[in-house]
Amino acid sequence: MVFTRLDAAINWMRKNSLWPMPMGLACCAIEMMATACARFDMARFGAEVMRFSPRQADVMIVAGTVTYKMALAVKRIWEQMPEPKWCIAMGACASSGGMYRSYAVLQGIDLLLPVDVYVSGCPPRPEALLDGLMKLQKKIEGERPIEEQLADFRGGSDR
Amino acid sequence: MSAEDDIGELRREFGRSKVVKTLSFRGEQTIEVTLESLREILKYCLRKQGYAFLLDISSVDNLGEAPRFEIVYELAAVDDSKHLRVKAPVEEGGGIPTVSDLWATANWHEREVFDMMGLTFKGHPDLRRILMWEGYPYFPLRKDFPLAGKPSEMPDVAFSWVAPLEGGPFVTRPGTDRVSGEPRGKGES
Repeated sequence: MVFTRLDAAINWMRKNSLWPMPMGLACCAIEMMATACARFDMARFGAEVMRFSPRQADVMIVAGTVTYKMALAVKRIWEQMPEPKWCIAMGACASSGGMYRSYAVLQGIDLLLPVDVYVSGCPPRPEALLDGLMKLQKKIEGERPIEEQLADFRGGSDR
Repeated sequence: MSAEDDIGELRREFGRSKVVKTLSFRGEQTIEVTLESLREILKYCLRKQGYAFLLDISSVDNLGEAPRFEIVYELAAVDDSKHLRVKAPVEEGGGIPTVSDLWATANWHEREVFDMMGLTFKGHPDLRRILMWEGYPYFPLRKDFPLAGKPSEMPDVAFSWVAPLEGGPFVTRPGTDRVSGEPRGKGES
């Protein structure tokens, strides 16, 4: 028999089955694919199920350059993902616009949606993305879902 | 026949009133023609001289000069034996005759020139923007368009904001050592 707090149990389940929504927009997507493949094997962290439907995804990995033309599409897909949801900005472009200081590129996806983890690199190595994923797992571990849900139910905070 | 011979033939065929100038530089052959005779000459290049491959259409903004723009066609033979560059001066607005019925690839190239530079093509079957979204109000490759962009808003389609450029331009300076020549050496990102 194992006893634990309900919060901790829920968090443990959530963090070990993070299904990513692969928002592959540029070269970072290649590294993201490598992360999911056998050599680096994101399945070790329970995140191998790349869901191409936002309805079934938990974490959006924004991998690549977000142009203004794509920006609202990314936001719409983010809004279609059910709560609870998290976002990883992978690479320089998704985090800050990167080298594209130009008329066509959104200067960081955090201008449109809340980002939990930024992964540096251009593009980041798969190890870096895995590290970002582990950082996100750490973050989820510390969340208090039941209290948040109660607060939501009572019309209190929004995350 | 080489591209040099082709240029000679074009000069003989069309004369001084249509061929403005020719240039041979480092083995590249360029012919500048008037806008009115552009389509006629390009058609001759395709049908009679074997330039079956249109590599690219581009445009140049010579801000402050008249006429302001220039349209450039890069032609090649399919066996890559010769290249020919055809140029024509264009006024603001365009009105360039389309060649999308001669080379099918010109369709998208002309749309790109329209999108980036704002030059129109007469007779084009589908002259819409190709890179930026429908409704974007500016032509971003013009010389008077700022590098940082301009704000715009198309509800439910797209928007654009101005990119921060303090400390820019973000290019490596020539002639300095690698570290101080790097853009980030100037204190901004």
